[in-house]
Amino acid sequence: MDLSLLTTEIVTVALACFVVALDLLMPAGEPRRALGYLTLLGLAGIFVHAFTQYGLNASLYGGMFRVDDYAVFFKQVFLAAYMLTILFSVRTADGFAPYTGEFYGLMLFSLAGMMVMASANDLVTLFVGMELMTITFFVLVGFNLGDGKSSEAGVKYLILGAASTAVLLYGMSLIYGYTGTVVLPEIAARLSASPAALVGIVFFLAGFAFKIAAVPFGMWVPDVYEGAPVPITALLAMASKAASFAVLTRVFLTAFADAPYNWPLIIAWLAAASMIAGNLAAILQTNVKRLLAYSSIAQAGYLLTGLVAAGPDGVKGIIFYTALYVFASAGAFAVVAAVRDETGSDDIAAYRGLARSSPLLAAAMTVALLSMAGIPPLAGFVGKLYLFLAVLEKGWFWLALLGFVMSMVSVYYYLLVVKAMYLGEPAGAPTADGCAALRWAALASLALTVLCGVYPTPLAALASRVAQNFFQ
Amino acid sequence: MSAGFPILTTILVAPVLGALAIVLLPREARQTVKYVAAFAMGTALMLALYCYFAYDFVRGGMQFTESVPWVPELGVTYAMGVDGLSLPMVLLTALIGFSAVFSSWGTEERVKEFFVLLLLLLIAGVVGTFLTRDLFIFLLFYELVVIPIYILVILWGSSKRVTKEYAGMKLTIYLLVGSAFLLVGVLALYIQAYPPGERTFLMEGLAAAAALGHLPESFQVPVFFLLLLGFGSLISMWPFHSWSPDGYAGAPTAVSMIHAGVLKKIGGYGLIRLGIAVLPLGAKYWAPAIAALGVVNVLYAAFIAISQRDLKYVVGYSSVSHMGFVLIGIAALNVVGISGAVANMFAHGVMSALFFALIGYLYGQTHTRNMDELGGLAHQMPYAATGLMLAGMASLGLPGLISFVPEFTIFVGAFARFPVLSVLAVAGIVLTALYTLRLLANVLFGPRQVRFDHLPDTGGPALVPLVVLGAVLVVFGVFPALLMKMAGSGVAPLAAILDGIALAARMGGGL
Repeated sequence: MDLSLLTTEIVTVALACFVVALDLLMPAGEPRRALGYLTLLGLAGIFVHAFTQYGLNASLYGGMFRVDDYAVFFKQVFLAAYMLTILFSVRTADGFAPYTGEFYGLMLFSLAGMMVMASANDLVTLFVGMELMTITFFVLVGFNLGDGKSSEAGVKYLILGAASTAVLLYGMSLIYGYTGTVVLPEIAARLSASPAALVGIVFFLAGFAFKIAAVPFGMWVPDVYEGAPVPITALLAMASKAASFAVLTRVFLTAFADAPYNWPLIIAWLAAASMIAGNLAAILQTNVKRLLAYSSIAQAGYLLTGLVAAGPDGVKGIIFYTALYVFASAGAFAVVAAVRDETGSDDIAAYRGLARSSPLLAAAMTVALLSMAGIPPLAGFVGKLYLFLAVLEKGWFWLALLGFVMSMVSVYYYLLVVKAMYLGEPAGAPTADGCAALRWAALASLALTVLCGVYPTPLAALASRVAQNFFQ
Repeated sequence: MSAGFPILTTILVAPVLGALAIVLLPREARQTVKYVAAFAMGTALMLALYCYFAYDFVRGGMQFTESVPWVPELGVTYAMGVDGLSLPMVLLTALIGFSAVFSSWGTEERVKEFFVLLLLLLIAGVVGTFLTRDLFIFLLFYELVVIPIYILVILWGSSKRVTKEYAGMKLTIYLLVGSAFLLVGVLALYIQAYPPGERTFLMEGLAAAAALGHLPESFQVPVFFLLLLGFGSLISMWPFHSWSPDGYAGAPTAVSMIHAGVLKKIGGYGLIRLGIAVLPLGAKYWAPAIAALGVVNVLYAAFIAISQRDLKYVVGYSSVSHMGFVLIGIAALNVVGISGAVANMFAHGVMSALFFALIGYLYGQTHTRNMDELGGLAHQMPYAATGLMLAGMASLGLPGLISFVPEFTIFVGAFARFPVLSVLAVAGIVLTALYTLRLLANVLFGPRQVRFDHLPDTGGPALVPLVVLGAVLVVFGVFPALLMKMAGSGVAPLAAILDGIALAARMGGGL
């Protein structure tokens, strides 16, 4: 057994322990920013190391844990999301004293859980990874101590999360009971038509639809996103969603690919409902965090269309879009964090005049939102093109049309934020400019979003190669 | 030709470079910003003029071509090239872009940002759609211009009858939702044309697929409908026209000029370049509907224009009305009608840009756009009055000015196909004369009004659009061959396609 395949996970957990220990050793009252930068550095090292794992395609523990290109790519996506988040959250994290060290530590544990999810090749490993991620998030969502909304969000996430986990587990148990195995490729071999298998698949889908925030299982999203600290909202939106998509895609394309049911149709309905409800509800929001929450429901809908296509093109679309959704969201949430730190508010009104006080942050926010809307030449346009091309190719004409139309509808509410930033006058109080690290995060997001839109070839080529994972 | 100097890329890049230079200028250099902008657009204009007059009619087809693979995996190529269809549009964009810079000379607020957005994104984006031969790049440029327009309208627009926020949002959402249908149609076309691995977004490649029979009629009819929704809302085809008058009224002068002058024309250009050349059977099927909606455009918008008192609304509805002629010319589906449509798009572009430039000037001086509050301005502003007269006379199709021959050509082409509809559309000319002459009479003539005595006439930079666009109106009117020969050479290759669909079905048996 080659434990070096587990380097990324082992180092992440070690880093988490190290950060917590260091926090204990540091004199109380001293600033803890160094911990943030240390975490960042560690993650950057793991990110670079992950490049060496491409092409390995090896298994561990009797096929329960796969290190294939697909898993490695998603791990890099999570790492990118965490690095960008830490960059813009150092100042927010200062506010968590004396628990700053624990904040970084818990973040790293949730990252380790996601990495296990990306590699999991059987239902039990998958569940363990997912629980590691979810339980740390229960804590992190309520990390704004003394803030009622944050605690409420934590409790809501805990209760609804537990309920969805129960549904998921029930589905898994049915699948196990019916096929007698938990390993994904073996499930594929033994699955045949039966009511138990159908209920199992549907419950499994419902459990993960909760995690990716698809309608109607995404009811928790607006409240939790609004109450959680900004960095955690960002991670829920980007990394948690990406990890759940990694699992969903792997399970459906290996274990359930040949199931004698028309599951793409169920997913198509989920996707359509998410795109419609998410985009329409977002129009009514006046709070930017809630607006981004509904927008993230809509984004889950776009991503699900890639799963409907159920082929290399669809997987490629999911992979590509996940990466650039991370780039764009990081920029948007960085600006949300800056405004929140400065004004204490997330209302659209608090963004008035941002273009004057901080042209960079306003530009980063504009680019991020328009990329989510899919306006060229930003990355989101190319991403949606890949996703919708894939479903069109399979004959899902109405789904592609709905996707494009809803994308254009979404421009309306994104522009409301843009309008406030460019049109309004600063509301008197000093407006946000963020700290240097935050500005770097915004700049990185802006540059990556424009770059991947203007010249998508390198990332698209990588995504194409990774997408072949399930189809050899 | 691809080895030569990349002249088309230079036309595209000149405004972008100008904008980059402006970004680097200090905020206080308000005059320098304008000079840089004028210089950049002047360069683009010179190059566009060169292309227009250096185009080799004997050889025909795409010239000045450039081609670089962009996203090879999708079959996207950075392919540039112009022919008789796109050259008039490129020249039009350059002319109006150049004039728009001078019309904005009086901008006071956020000068730097205004010119950056105007030049960098808007003009470069619009000209890019006409320069490219690749459908993907075409869509990219088209959607690229929508957001800068929104920001330009909400920041520098005016709130008279509708607020500028409303106008900007309406404009943006109409155009984007239209483009959603367009995108799906284009992607369906892309998938259907070739099997995976051989796919291309090149327009000539897609047209070749149609010629090879890869696109059956059952496919062309629905896809053409999607394109019609997209391009139709862009060219303000009834009932997708209502963004146009509101949008122009809310927009700053330069944006109205570019929007009415060129951006709208992307719709007609796309219908010809993509609709007829790639989906001829679909075009044939929907032609009666296009012609009928074109007539509705002409008459309905003209009637509304008659009842308007706000100058921008009159010209806004007038432009909707004129686009009806273009739609009728396209729907005729013969070489004569289509070349008339192309020429008329050019003619209307120049004329409406001149109209908006002068209305912008009048509004800047008198602070009203209401016809009833103006009057007798010919006494105080002889130059501006001359310009408005030129634009107005061109609008009602006076022989000797630019619009006469194109409109005449359209009717010659359309009469052969839709006699009844054509006669109805000709009646629209009478209505045009009615509202145009009334506008001119109300604003320019009548007794001298003392309260306008202190107002200066157009002079200095504000005179540039008048001279440039006015000269084009006259020169192309006196020498119509300059325009008609170019349009004719662009449409000529379609003749074979149009002959090939002579027996194809039309909806409702052709009305």
